[in-house]
Order: sequence, then C-alpha cells, then structure tokens
Amino acid sequence: MNDEITASQPASKSRRRFLSGIASAAGAGCLMALGVGLYARQASALPAQALRPPGVSSETEFLSACVRCGLCVRGCPYNTLKLATMGEPVVTGTPYFEARSIPCEMCDDIPCVKACPTGALNRDLSDINKARMGLAVLTDHESCLNFLGLRCDVCYRVCPVIDKAITLEIVHNPRSDRHAMFLPTIHSDYCTGCGKCEKSCVLPEAAIKVFPVKLAKGQLPDHYRKGWEEKEKAGGSLIGEQIRMPVRGVEERIP
Amino acid sequence: MNATTSTIQANKAIQSPPERPGLEAIRVKGWLRASKWLLLRRLSQFGILALFLLGPWFNIWIVKGNLTSSLTLNTLPLTDPYVLLQSLAAGHIPYQAALIGAAIVVAFYLLVGGRVYCSWVCPVNLVTDAAAWMRRRLGLKGGYALDANTRYWFLAGTLIAAAATSSLAWEWVNPVSIMHRGLFYGFGLGGLILLAIFLFDLLLTTRGWCGHLCPMGAFYSLLGHFALPRVSAVERNNCNDCMDCFKVCPEPQVIRPALKQIGQQSPIINAANCTLCGRCIDVCSKNVFKISHRFNQRSES
Repeated sequence: MNDEITASQPASKSRRRFLSGIASAAGAGCLMALGVGLYARQASALPAQALRPPGVSSETEFLSACVRCGLCVRGCPYNTLKLATMGEPVVTGTPYFEARSIPCEMCDDIPCVKACPTGALNRDLSDINKARMGLAVLTDHESCLNFLGLRCDVCYRVCPVIDKAITLEIVHNPRSDRHAMFLPTIHSDYCTGCGKCEKSCVLPEAAIKVFPVKLAKGQLPDHYRKGWEEKEKAGGSLIGEQIRMPVRGVEERIP
Repeated sequence: MNATTSTIQANKAIQSPPERPGLEAIRVKGWLRASKWLLLRRLSQFGILALFLLGPWFNIWIVKGNLTSSLTLNTLPLTDPYVLLQSLAAGHIPYQAALIGAAIVVAFYLLVGGRVYCSWVCPVNLVTDAAAWMRRRLGLKGGYALDANTRYWFLAGTLIAAAATSSLAWEWVNPVSIMHRGLFYGFGLGGLILLAIFLFDLLLTTRGWCGHLCPMGAFYSLLGHFALPRVSAVERNNCNDCMDCFKVCPEPQVIRPALKQIGQQSPIINAANCTLCGRCIDVCSKNVFKISHRFNQRSES
C-alpha cells in the first residue's frame, strides 16, 4: 500500500507539472489573443483625415488582407502613401495618405494597386475614375470664399473630374440681393476622394475636406422612392393629371 | 556541520563566478575561429538589412518591401508564410503573387530548417542577442521560468485573434514586423515594444522572447523537422563538460540528446528548435561540434 503511493508520486507530480504548465501556457495564449483582439478592434476605426489607397472597398476586408509590406508605398511615384507607425491613429503598418499634405494624383496605370501582392488593393479596379478613396465634403459654409460671394473656385478648377465630381451651382446671394453665389457642390457618383480639392483650398484651414466614404456619406432607406425619378421612368405621372388649384392674391404674377 | 560546509562552498561558487563562455575557445583557437559563425551570422543579418535599405537610402532598388512581403529585382516575390497564414485565418484569399512568394519561402526553410530564419534573418535577433550578452556580462541569474511550449499557444492565439477580428491582429504588435518595417518606413512608438523585449530578456527571463514566446519563431520551428543542414556533436568524446555551449545556446534544451546520448545514439542535433546559429561550434574549445547534415550519423565515439 505504502509502496504503491511512493511509486505513483513522481508520476503524479510530473503529470501535475505538465498539466499546470499547459494550463498556464493556454491561459497566456488566451490572454494574448484577447488583448490583441481588443486592441485590434479599438484601433480599426479609421480617423477622419486618413484615406486609404485606391482599390479598397471596405476597411474590414482591407485589414484582413494587407500584410503591411509597403510595396504600394514604393509603387507610388508621388510619395503620397505612407505606412502608419505605432502610436498613429491608423492601424500600425497599413498604408494611408492625408489629402492636405500629399493628395493622390490618380495615375492612369494605378501603380500602387499593381504593386500589392495580396489583393488588399483590389486589381478589379482598372479605371482610376472608379476609385473611391474618400468623399469630398464642403465642411465649412461660413469660411468658404465662394459661399461669401467671391469667385475663388480653386477646388472646382483643380478637380481631376471637374464638372462631374464638383460643380458650381449658381444661387442668388441674399446678402447683396443682386449678385450670385457659385457654390461648389460635390457629387458622390463621380468623386474619387483623391484629395486635390482639400490640398488646394486657399484658406489656412481647408473649408473642403475629404473623409473616408463611410464618414462622409449618408444613406436613404431602401424603401424611399423619388417621385420625379419614378415619373421619368414611367414616362408620366403615376397618379394621373392633378387639378391645379388657384393661388389667391398673387394671380397676376403667375405666368 | 555538513550543511554548513556546503553553504560555504555554495557561497564561494557565487563569489568567484566561472569565466565567460567562449574565452577558453578564444585562447585555444584564436578569436577569429572562435567567432566564425557569429560573424557570418551578423554578416547575413546586416547584409539582408542593407539590401532592403539600399532602396530608401541610396535609391538603388534591388529589393522593395519588407520581410512580410518583398519583390526582388522586380521579379522574385517573397512573402512571409506566417503573416499570410494570419491573412487566411482572417478570411482573405490572397493573390497568386503572395501565394507563390510564401511557397518559395516555405520550400527554402523546409530545406535549411525553419528557425534558420530566427538566427540568420530576423532583425529582432540582434536585440535579444544583445540582451542575452548583457545578461551574461552582468551575471544576472534566475528570473521567470517560462515553458518553452508557450510559444505554440501564442501561435494558436494569434491565429484565433486573426479569425475573431478578421484582421491581421498580431501584426499590430509583432516586434519582428515592427522592427523591420520601422527601419524603412519609420518606427513611431514601435521602438518601445523592442525596448520592452530587450528588458524582458535582460531582467526577467533568459532568452524569454525568441526562446519561449515568439509565435513567429514557433511557426518557423514547425518547418524545421526535415532540415538538411544540422549541427553534429561529432567529437562528443572530447567534451569536458565546461557548459559553455549550454550558456550561449538560444535553445539550450536541444543540445543534450545529441551531446550526452540521451534518448538517441546519433550525434546530430535534430530538434526543430535548433536555430543553426553555430554559436556552440564557436565557443567550444574542444571542437566537439560541426555543421553537418541530418543523414550523417557518424560520430567519433
């Protein structure tokens, strides 16, 4: 009986050591996975001023694919792209650019996308005009010179997709009551988010800024229909001819 | 009485520490021959860094990118298979270029031994070697006893983290990538991680990072089971038990079976975690070790 116990002791001791070793190692592994996972989740929100290179359709997809090798950075002839270093608000090691420092020049052959070995920058993008790196927003109507009634127009003039991505909409200037305002207006169907407008805004702090699309763009609910579009599609009003009611008091002014 | 004598002896042992490993070898073989493999290894490490730095510093583009993925002479793609594995775990199927690059790297390390990466290529090795060297010089002993298998749990942990966050989570903090990328694209606060590893190795655990925790090393050790070149304790008869090889070896557990014939007859160090750094060859004054290949079972014993 006694012999049995002494004989089994070393075995149970080493087994215990083995098991506790495994348990602590597994615990360390889980802790690390948890820590890194939490950090990853927290850090994966892209700050407003950081734009991804062309060919990124969603940030999540991008972060699963980018190995942070910097070949896109080397591919860019204008030094636009840089890799985020630790401590910056962009995920460590991933490429981004800031429109106000160096915007994207929208090369026809898209060398950054060609250089990417993993497909984090998707090669399905063959026409740079279809890139959606961000979306320009005229953020400050109070300081934009065109909103003040001047003809600055610089953001409009430098836009590589001029008259499509940015148009000047003419409206009456209520301040002087006799002039027009030429309001720079951005159209998301065409804006590539290259950042040239923000870069060239003449103000000390740009009144027009390019943000990641997710930050900049709103979304209508799926069930909304625009009456005027439906009317055009149907070739006529959907609800038939309406009776025109008389407007009293201003009859003589209506043609 | 007996107890007191042994305490006194133990105290003496503490007061007069044995001389630095490798000094005997330098006396016997000369400095150059006693540093041969170390010098070759540093040449390889700095040579690879220099190749990568030629581009950004002197505008000579032989290699572009970094260790996670690179393009040599605009034709040869190389991709780190461990990083790519994380990408797969995160749910992304990479392009052919990256897959071919990873296949080339895997084939190479299957042939020469996965952890050759650790001692001949990885830049963090410079940091942890410096910590181990300083630890020996300062005579720092003890510390935290970590299980050398913890790294495999870490390896699994990084892949789980990749799958759970569908991103290359480990690459946020991976010191290997941070150091190599930092040299060409800027460190930021990444330097702090390297400092932490240095202090961890210096103060808390001997060879703590590379020998116990690094999931990248763990991954590469999995490619080490069929390696052709191996260290052989071919002259193990001459061993005088000076322990110098154990003191300098980054993975000391790999030496014993071959040197002391424990569980094996062959003099070949077959453990996948031998990094083939050759430091044991350098510091042995009795020329016990030699670089050989895995099929060379001959020994002088």
